Amino acid sequence: MIEEVAKAGLSVNENIVIKKNRYVGSDNKEPSGKRVCIVTGIHGDELEGQYVCAKLANVLQNNLALLNGTVDIYPALNPLGIDSITRGIPLFDLDMNRIFPGSTEGTMAECLSADIISDISGADICIDIHSSNIYLREIPQVRINEITANELIPYAKMLGCDFIWVHASATVLESTLAYSLNSIGTKTLVVEMGVGMRITCEYGDRLTEGILNLLKNLGMWKGECKPVKEPIISADRAVEFVNSGAAGIFIPTAKHWSHVKCGDAVGSVIDPVTGNVEEYVTSPCDGIIFTLREFPIVYGGSLIARILGGETNA
Amino acid sequence: MRKKTLYSLRSPYRESMDIIGFQFGQGEKAMCVVGAMRGNEVQQMYVCSQLVSRLKDLESEGLISDNCEIMIIPSANYYSMNIGKRFWTMDNTDINRMFPGYDLGETTQRIAAGIFESVKGYKYGVQLASFYQQGDFLPHVKLMETGFTDHELMKYFGLPFAFIRKPRPYDTTTLNYNWQIWETQAFSLYTNATDNIDEPSAKLAVDAILRFMSANGVIKTKIPGGYITEMLDEKSLVQIHSPVAGIYKSFVKTGDEFRKGDVLCEITDPLDGSVIRQITAPTDGIVFFRYNRPLEFEKTVLYKIIPFRR
Repeated sequence: MIEEVAKAGLSVNENIVIKKNRYVGSDNKEPSGKRVCIVTGIHGDELEGQYVCAKLANVLQNNLALLNGTVDIYPALNPLGIDSITRGIPLFDLDMNRIFPGSTEGTMAECLSADIISDISGADICIDIHSSNIYLREIPQVRINEITANELIPYAKMLGCDFIWVHASATVLESTLAYSLNSIGTKTLVVEMGVGMRITCEYGDRLTEGILNLLKNLGMWKGECKPVKEPIISADRAVEFVNSGAAGIFIPTAKHWSHVKCGDAVGSVIDPVTGNVEEYVTSPCDGIIFTLREFPIVYGGSLIARILGGETNA
Repeated sequence: MRKKTLYSLRSPYRESMDIIGFQFGQGEKAMCVVGAMRGNEVQQMYVCSQLVSRLKDLESEGLISDNCEIMIIPSANYYSMNIGKRFWTMDNTDINRMFPGYDLGETTQRIAAGIFESVKGYKYGVQLASFYQQGDFLPHVKLMETGFTDHELMKYFGLPFAFIRKPRPYDTTTLNYNWQIWETQAFSLYTNATDNIDEPSAKLAVDAILRFMSANGVIKTKIPGGYITEMLDEKSLVQIHSPVAGIYKSFVKTGDEFRKGDVLCEITDPLDGSVIRQITAPTDGIVFFRYNRPLEFEKTVLYKIIPFRR
């Protein structure tokens, strides 16, 4: 059932409408009463979640008898952004994922954010699907703030991602959807995978299976689930950032999600005018590349890769 | 006056972006003013350019105080300015959300680090700011409350209003916030323009900054005029949201006084011209902020009012 979560009038003959698709299990004899929310599209240039929402909706509507409880799917928290290939909300300066929990007394974007929080609040689990941006490709991963790690890692393991990144807390992140929901007791996991403006079906299929696995573990899904892989957890391992030291075009030589040794080539930055190699980019540690640059133009400082240090068995 | 390149960034396809600073006087780091960090902050850059011009004259007349050094950075992001973008050219990030910066981090973190290295350590700092909501303001000075900066100093600008604002999480990566963490008494100064140059408010801002310098012994001359500043908490502003979307026609401008019940604006249907709603003042007051575009959404903040105490 399609429901309106938030709505506001746009200038000319149109409303912005944030919708969700609600699936309620048909087994009314023993309803679990649990609710899981799948949300995506806060950033209009991140589309990987669109595929997951569509795929999951298809599975659920064809198998409602296998569902206990409620699954709410929110495919587009920033519908104008997605529709106009804009990362943020058009005509609004601030990143939508920096204005939560919003305010009913604030701007339109803040009012919409407050309505979103209100709607999701109280769910047993919320999964917020992101897909990096147009510059970087990410391996399927769950990102968890260290302050909620103990509580969330058991659920993150169910999602079939390759990697769980437990990152340090930062004040600026306190205005994200995930932080806001976790702070009011609604457990929220952030998934990052793929690359902006594209859909990577392989990753989407895997996450869809992972979500069904999570539902099964919560007692909400009676259908079959494929086994999910055990993720690598970043705890106690350093994440090294590799930034370009030069300006030019980046040509990777290392493969995404591959092992590298300290000093191994990751790629090179080439001057497009002279053809000269401006910088050979190498790995600062032994580890595995979980983020790799996708967009070729780089300035000094452009992120080239993130490498999870330490021994892994991927 | 000494013109210095504070930070230089190489591009694969453009000339290097050199962030230029103008230094006046010698000695202790007394006062730093930062102008445009976003590509549409033309007024902010213009105010700084006028300040450079005035300080050049004052310096030639020997009116910079002894043992005081002043730094003015008119534009920290002319790359975006030259191509008509508000945020960073390539990745649309905001330099003023990257402080204190990181010299080994991403491009705009590196730019922020380069700027911060040059601007930290000054006793007083002023950023010529622009706001994320579209509209006109009465010129004012604002303090982001960190517990470090002395509120009373705001009065020395001699602007009509000064505001104290509690920082939100996204403010913690701004220049103003980090300046204060590094023990600079820092203020944001707002004129009533961003994309366009407004000469009267630019002059007001230049005079206000020079007046502040004068009051704090950074320059040896008096700046005439100025207001008795009213200090307010930002929370005391009354916001008026639009209850409907449409075409917005305002009957008041910033600085206007009105009585409770006066019609402030009307919203008309964009297709048939009928008046959908008239919005009346909920209290006596002064227009501090006014939305300035013809099209507005439902829930757009149309006005911020300073309630008037008769």
